[in-house]
Amino acid sequence: MEYAYYPGCSLHSTGLEYGLSTKAVFAHLGLDLTELSGWNCCGASSAHVMSHTLAVALPARNLALAQELGRDVVAPCAACFNRMKSADYYLRTDPVLREEVESLVGFKYSGQVAVRPVLAVLYEDLGPGLVSQRVRRPLTGLKVVTYYGCLLVRPPQITQFDDPEDPQVMAALLRAVGAEVMPWSHATDCCGASLSLSRADVVQSLVGRIAERAREAGAEALVTACPLCQVNLEMRQLREPRLPAFYITELLGLAFDLPEAMQWWKKHLIDPRPVLAQAGLLEPVG
Amino acid sequence: MIKSLAAEVNRLSGQQIELCYHCHKCTAGCPLVEQMTYGPDRVLRMIALDELKPLLASRDIWLCAGCYTCATRCPNEIDLAAVMDALRQIAIREGYAAAEPDVLLFHRLFMGVVKRLGRSHEAAMLGLFKVLSHVPLMNDVGAGIKLVLRGKVPVIPKTSGKTAEVRQIFERSG
Repeated sequence: MEYAYYPGCSLHSTGLEYGLSTKAVFAHLGLDLTELSGWNCCGASSAHVMSHTLAVALPARNLALAQELGRDVVAPCAACFNRMKSADYYLRTDPVLREEVESLVGFKYSGQVAVRPVLAVLYEDLGPGLVSQRVRRPLTGLKVVTYYGCLLVRPPQITQFDDPEDPQVMAALLRAVGAEVMPWSHATDCCGASLSLSRADVVQSLVGRIAERAREAGAEALVTACPLCQVNLEMRQLREPRLPAFYITELLGLAFDLPEAMQWWKKHLIDPRPVLAQAGLLEPVG
Repeated sequence: MIKSLAAEVNRLSGQQIELCYHCHKCTAGCPLVEQMTYGPDRVLRMIALDELKPLLASRDIWLCAGCYTCATRCPNEIDLAAVMDALRQIAIREGYAAAEPDVLLFHRLFMGVVKRLGRSHEAAMLGLFKVLSHVPLMNDVGAGIKLVLRGKVPVIPKTSGKTAEVRQIFERSG
């Protein structure tokens, strides 16, 4: 299966290990990713504050690149996915705006390109069954909670993915590789997103509550699919014992026993190796 | 001059705020409500009542994190996050000082970097924010160093290679 790949800015910086693990896992599963050439920032959580037109036009340019390539586009970052999928929604439903954006970007919207998060590709195109067949190191004994945050599942009329209040896809994939997924209350609560720099106190309080609930549920780590959630969880968590936040692709890579996985752990702000070692997951596979 | 705030918000956001019957679901689920002066439901009421000045000068419009919990739960399908965006756009246009100046500064710097490079660049962003914001200079220095040591804040920016095209979108979209 072949996809266009939109890494977005974070996967080249603060979400480095998300990009590395996504590429490694996709390659291992025989899913081809071709990076869009000349892609631009999606506007993230800032463009829509300034102008709706700009917030649609920036991701529309990336949609145009995917259209040229003739492939559905995978956007691992939750914010990138959300912005691109929103752009697709408005281009589809608002003919006046579509005409304006088409002229701004210089393309003709075809509506033929699907915008997809990593979780959707793994769950819908492969499925937990095929994923579990590739496991060489079952993640037995690793207790985690799934943390979706906001933009993968909300607003549902735009994201069209999983359940916005009680999402299940990430848990199904993690169970397929043997992890123990604990039920909990805060899978879709907001981490504070881009307030992290301007109002760190607010993000510390939101992240603190999320981590507290995760500990209460018996988890040793959180699992995310969003680079801003991940950095907020690891950077703004104050209370010990601090829980590391894995990307879903990192844990899949570990379960597939990909050698690159050992390079990812040291990229974290909270070292996840003690948690992995405790579950015996850093030993060579016999 | 704005004749009707509701009409202007509806125009910019594509929403119909008149549909609100104040069930307070938005306020009950808002993760930022403790930090706000009015809260999401009062914000909608203030729009309807044309209470322009206190609303546009409030911190509420800047604190919304755009999590869409309200938009997901609203029984009348009002996208309150889009309403908040419209209020911010009006506040900027009408020259209101942001009650959360660092929040607006962050958005301005972020978009400034994207306009010039076609992509975000954390090192430039963080540096400028440190110097220009009200946040104490030494806050987050430890975390910043950790990020640099992990190769997560490249000093040399990677541009899209098509910066002129991206800049043109900014300039032509007003």
